[in-house]
Amino acid sequence: MEKFTKLTGVAAPLEMINVDTDQIIPKQFLKTIKRTGLGRSLFFDLRYNDDGTEKPEFVLNRPAWRQAKILVTGENFGCGSSREHAPWALLDFGIRCVIAPSFADIFYNNCFKNGILPIALPQGQVDALMAVARRGADGTLTVDLEKQEVRGPDGATLSFELDPFRKHCFLEGLDDISLTFEKAEAIDRFEAEQRRAQPWLWARAVPCRPERSS
Amino acid sequence: MARTLFDKIWDSHLVDVQDDGTSLLYIDRHLVHEVTSPQAFEGLKAAGRGVRRPEATLAVCDHNVPTTDRSGGIDDAESRIQIETLERNCAEFGIPYFSMSDVRQGIVHIIGPEQGMTQPGMTIVCGDSHTSTHGAFGALAFGIGTSEVEHVLTTQTLVQRPAKNMRIAVEGDPSFGITAKDMILAMIGKIGVAGGTGYVIEYAGKAIRDLSMAGRMTVCNMSIEAGARAGLIAPDETTFAYIEGRPMAPKGGQWEQAVAYWRTLPSDEGAAYDEEVTLDAADIAPQVTWGTNPGQVLPITGVVPDPAQEANGGRRRAMERALEYMGLEPGTPLTDIKIDQVFIGSCTNARIEDLRAVARVVEGRKLADGVGAMVVPGSGLVKEQAEAEGLDRIFIAAGFEWREAGCSMCLAMNADRLKPGERCASTSNRNFEGRQGKGGRTHLMSPVMAAAAALAGHIADVRELV
Repeated sequence: MEKFTKLTGVAAPLEMINVDTDQIIPKQFLKTIKRTGLGRSLFFDLRYNDDGTEKPEFVLNRPAWRQAKILVTGENFGCGSSREHAPWALLDFGIRCVIAPSFADIFYNNCFKNGILPIALPQGQVDALMAVARRGADGTLTVDLEKQEVRGPDGATLSFELDPFRKHCFLEGLDDISLTFEKAEAIDRFEAEQRRAQPWLWARAVPCRPERSS
Repeated sequence: MARTLFDKIWDSHLVDVQDDGTSLLYIDRHLVHEVTSPQAFEGLKAAGRGVRRPEATLAVCDHNVPTTDRSGGIDDAESRIQIETLERNCAEFGIPYFSMSDVRQGIVHIIGPEQGMTQPGMTIVCGDSHTSTHGAFGALAFGIGTSEVEHVLTTQTLVQRPAKNMRIAVEGDPSFGITAKDMILAMIGKIGVAGGTGYVIEYAGKAIRDLSMAGRMTVCNMSIEAGARAGLIAPDETTFAYIEGRPMAPKGGQWEQAVAYWRTLPSDEGAAYDEEVTLDAADIAPQVTWGTNPGQVLPITGVVPDPAQEANGGRRRAMERALEYMGLEPGTPLTDIKIDQVFIGSCTNARIEDLRAVARVVEGRKLADGVGAMVVPGSGLVKEQAEAEGLDRIFIAAGFEWREAGCSMCLAMNADRLKPGERCASTSNRNFEGRQGKGGRTHLMSPVMAAAAALAGHIADVRELV
């Protein structure tokens, strides 16, 4: 995973609550077997007309926010489906940080697996950042992960909470699977004990019923 | 210390706990489908990693499969490639797999319980948010992303942080015509679509205990629509009776041993919850969603709400947007809303009990003029059972299409989808914009309510029909 230390960029205001992952990336784009290339389909139904042309009023289609690196949005962002295609699409578009009053759990987790920093702040602070984001190119934000701060163009600084382990993994670009492999002996011990105490979980159990002959 | 059901399952699966509470949780069973797994297998191959316990894993194709005749394969090239990729990955890593031509194939959350793979006290994951369904058995079951699918495949563990405990009790007896779907929709309406975020919800109370396993699965299935990754119901005699004798259930002496353990799982007397909510089952009327998230729900006797009455600006704008998308005016009685399509199916409501309930309503009657309707069974085995009971003939005589098993129009990844502007009475779990097809308008409700709508041609109160 790419390291995340400090990010400075234009923030796009997406003034909606409960943005679900079906809106972030609709189902027809889940047929891919790759992680890349989803950026052009991000927010597809919000962003494009039926004939494929851009909806000029949608924030990411407006000149000031086409290069946005940060998204400022409403409560419960990323609710619904577990599709990791949602953070893949955001990342492929160039979004590395989403700021909202709250996030859905699975989406929040998925962001951390992909180098996107989700920052939850109180509604009043998000409202203030939303006002900055509306300024467009003139309203860049800086996210400093080391200091856990978001700085606005006028010097205003907001601090945010983050689980220390996740912060460490982000700063170092660490990958969960490699870290877990270091605990292989603990997993072996767990399995040996479970096999002894709950042998039915380890019995060979095969799903049955033959395949249809036709 | 008194512990909840969640605490007990959590504690018994801890492999490692760091100082900050970050935990390595052992995963007992892993369900895999074609949409959220290809990139995980690709990651394993790129890193030269294997699958730790292929025998604790079960794969099936469900999201992309056609529900019409499959003998000619799949027309859509991308869908076909995704399913072929799953088949190849399962063969390469030795993972049991139900193909499209296998009678056991079906929606991943229907087949796990059906095979007896889902058992109390287990941790179960799948790259699908409706994995919460399996919580009906007293298993800690939740949806994960593709990176986590990869993590589980190769380590049989997940890095997690403990959730908070919420208890929702539905006390008393539901009145006539009220189903598990109405109960869970009413609960989501009460706590909101983010009310359960950060929690595991334990459903309790007499009305929940009295539900069949099918009803309990319907309730737990929609936990995620309240924001909770997992829902739980304490295992009891109903649970054990359902599991016993299924292909993957414990056998012989191990059955007794397992049941003895399962009896220790229910929450202890006096266990503490971070949040408690109580509903009276008698207050619940048939529920119907009017908007574009499952929390935008009302009793059938209600009218489309007026955004002007909402004080919160963000919520008011969301309501206005929902009404515009849904093509509805404030004040319209829900029973005046005409429908074009009816979808009976999904991991929420495509079990044999759901199909029987629909058949009882539509038997000897006809679809309203101009209404299209389909019944999509949850698995090949559900389909077989329904046909053995003659339900298929009842549906076909009433004018429904009788389809093959799969996710179908719940998320419209295959050819089953609404046209722009079409309005659907659906037994599925999400009424998001575009969910059942771009521009499609979804009203979530119970199977019997969807059946009533199919006969009336508009949203209708099933209690007045039967």
